[in-house]
Amino acid sequence: METLLQQIVNGLVVGSVYALVALGYTMVYGILGLINFAHGEVLMVGALTALQTVLLLMEVAPGLPPLLMLAVAVGVAVPVCMALGYLMERLAYRRLRGAPRLAPLITAIGLSFLLQTLAMIVWGRNYHTFPALISTEPLEPVAGVFVTPVQIAIVVISALLMAALVLLVNRSRLGRAMRATAENPRVAALMGVDANAIIALTFIIGAGLAAVAGVMFASNYGIAHYAMGFMPGLKAFTAAVLGGIGNLAGAMLGGIVLGLVEAIGAGYIEELSFGLLNSSYQDIFAFVILGVVLIFRPTGLLGERVSDRA
Amino acid sequence: MDALAHAVPWLGKRHPRAAGWLVIVLALAAPLIAAYFGRSWVRILDFALLYMLLALGLNLVVGFAGLLDLGYIAFYAVGAYTWAFLASPHFGVHLPFWLVLPLGAGFAALAGIILGTPVLRLRGDYLAIVTLGFGEIVRIFLNNLNHPVNITNGPQGINALDSLSLFGWDLAGTLRLGDFKVHSLYLYYYVFLLCVAGSIVFIRRLQISRIGRAWAAMRDDELAAKAIGINVRNMKLLAFALGATFGGVAGGLFGAFQGFVSPESFSLMESIAVLTMVVFGGMGNIVGAVVGALILTALPELLRYLALPVQEALFHRVVLDPEVLRMLLLSLAMIFMMLWRPGGLIPARARYARPELLGGETR
Repeated sequence: METLLQQIVNGLVVGSVYALVALGYTMVYGILGLINFAHGEVLMVGALTALQTVLLLMEVAPGLPPLLMLAVAVGVAVPVCMALGYLMERLAYRRLRGAPRLAPLITAIGLSFLLQTLAMIVWGRNYHTFPALISTEPLEPVAGVFVTPVQIAIVVISALLMAALVLLVNRSRLGRAMRATAENPRVAALMGVDANAIIALTFIIGAGLAAVAGVMFASNYGIAHYAMGFMPGLKAFTAAVLGGIGNLAGAMLGGIVLGLVEAIGAGYIEELSFGLLNSSYQDIFAFVILGVVLIFRPTGLLGERVSDRA
Repeated sequence: MDALAHAVPWLGKRHPRAAGWLVIVLALAAPLIAAYFGRSWVRILDFALLYMLLALGLNLVVGFAGLLDLGYIAFYAVGAYTWAFLASPHFGVHLPFWLVLPLGAGFAALAGIILGTPVLRLRGDYLAIVTLGFGEIVRIFLNNLNHPVNITNGPQGINALDSLSLFGWDLAGTLRLGDFKVHSLYLYYYVFLLCVAGSIVFIRRLQISRIGRAWAAMRDDELAAKAIGINVRNMKLLAFALGATFGGVAGGLFGAFQGFVSPESFSLMESIAVLTMVVFGGMGNIVGAVVGALILTALPELLRYLALPVQEALFHRVVLDPEVLRMLLLSLAMIFMMLWRPGGLIPARARYARPELLGGETR
């Protein structure tokens, strides 16, 4: 029972990170019908930029309180990633907007590996320790469950960001323009919406969220490296599909559900498979879920869009 | 063959016959020319031929049938591990090659059908991600199936695989023709060359056959293909199975040639590398796959050869190691080809392929 509760807590934490990244996938897909394969790498760039900033700050101003240091790091990482998101859209995807479906996807895969390679050149192949600016020491156990301050911070900040995004999309003028563009870009343009600007903005917002998610990921596990974005990226994509791609609430739900399934599954896989499999198979869950959802319920848990539209 | 001859710059258009002979002579003489620059280049040529087999197989799936497969390397792994299981001291089984290679191809085809059946309804980008997942699952299993029962020997891989031996003649040794000694690398080259040539002939016939035309129809418009009576389901499965067969054969040859297999050789990066070769050469085009594989295998090696001394001279240390250079080259090739020349280096001819329609309808 305690293991289960503990795994639920762990799942919620990882799930909220997935959810933040999944939002980026789902917003872009909702508007362009494009899977931005390189989105996971934005997370990586965010984490490593933040790490670089923190290391710099530790040298320049070692007396700074850790929380402030982290805030500055996020403050640097987010704009950097937003710029990256904008550049990807402007230089690559925009030129491919009318192209056949495989072209943008292949480009996205290329971008993903390009970013990984560049990160490998800049930061090397090694794993870097990400300093524990928010403590990763567990608090007093409640009902036998250990929770760390950084885990609490992750869940709270994710919830706040998601709430802000929902408000932005559903309540603001900008959000209305986004929804209109997703519905029908041509008609939206006729109504005076600058579709190009909206699309660029979607990439920028998604990249900003991914940057925050990257810092969270690195803080939670205490490491950062050039390939750290790939798996979370794929899993977040799975989460977006699970919830119903193109659907904001779906992405959040999908992220949380995937995080829970993964954590609980990893905790019990050994018993369930009679010792044949162990937790090193954890990554398989996401792929199996992805396959099963796409085959049996391609619209996802909440989605209404038909997955193989177009 | 005539298509390959046509691709020869300048000569191909004017004297296709001469160009054809030129290609044949070059293909036969290549290892001798390469040997002039060092034996490692012969080895690179051997690998280029293996990549050609892979690119030809993947081109069948992606280029002909329009199914974007990002887990293609899994079939290569199936072929290689079949060889490792059935022809190595690992289980103490040493079956002859004419049994193991077809078995490897068969298992790979089976894996192709196993992957193909559930994903029949998926198209385009979804298919790509699910096949990617399939490739990763295969790799995760290869990595972890050393416990509780040791099947794959985990990340260490399997050593001392049997070499290829034809009619009691071992390719790993040196062939003696009187005073003349032929090194094993050349022997492998000509065996691989034979495989590639056979595959090209086979795929060429396939492309203009009923099946190839059905694939083209399905790729360009699935609904219309159904309407004219093409069994889309079977055609897709056939594409997956046949494509996988090529991967399986290449995998078996790779195992025998390398003498060692480990999960590391079957990473996602390799799937992407083969895809880049197909995309770079030109999707839906046999010559494109061959040329793409040749260029993208040789170029990173050439860069390694050129870039390392330059870096040493400029910075007194190696900033970009060869593996980084290779990834950089492949990812840039993929991006810039898509942006500026989506048809590839040698775009497919309109009669059999319409590159502008690859992968579904334009929006």
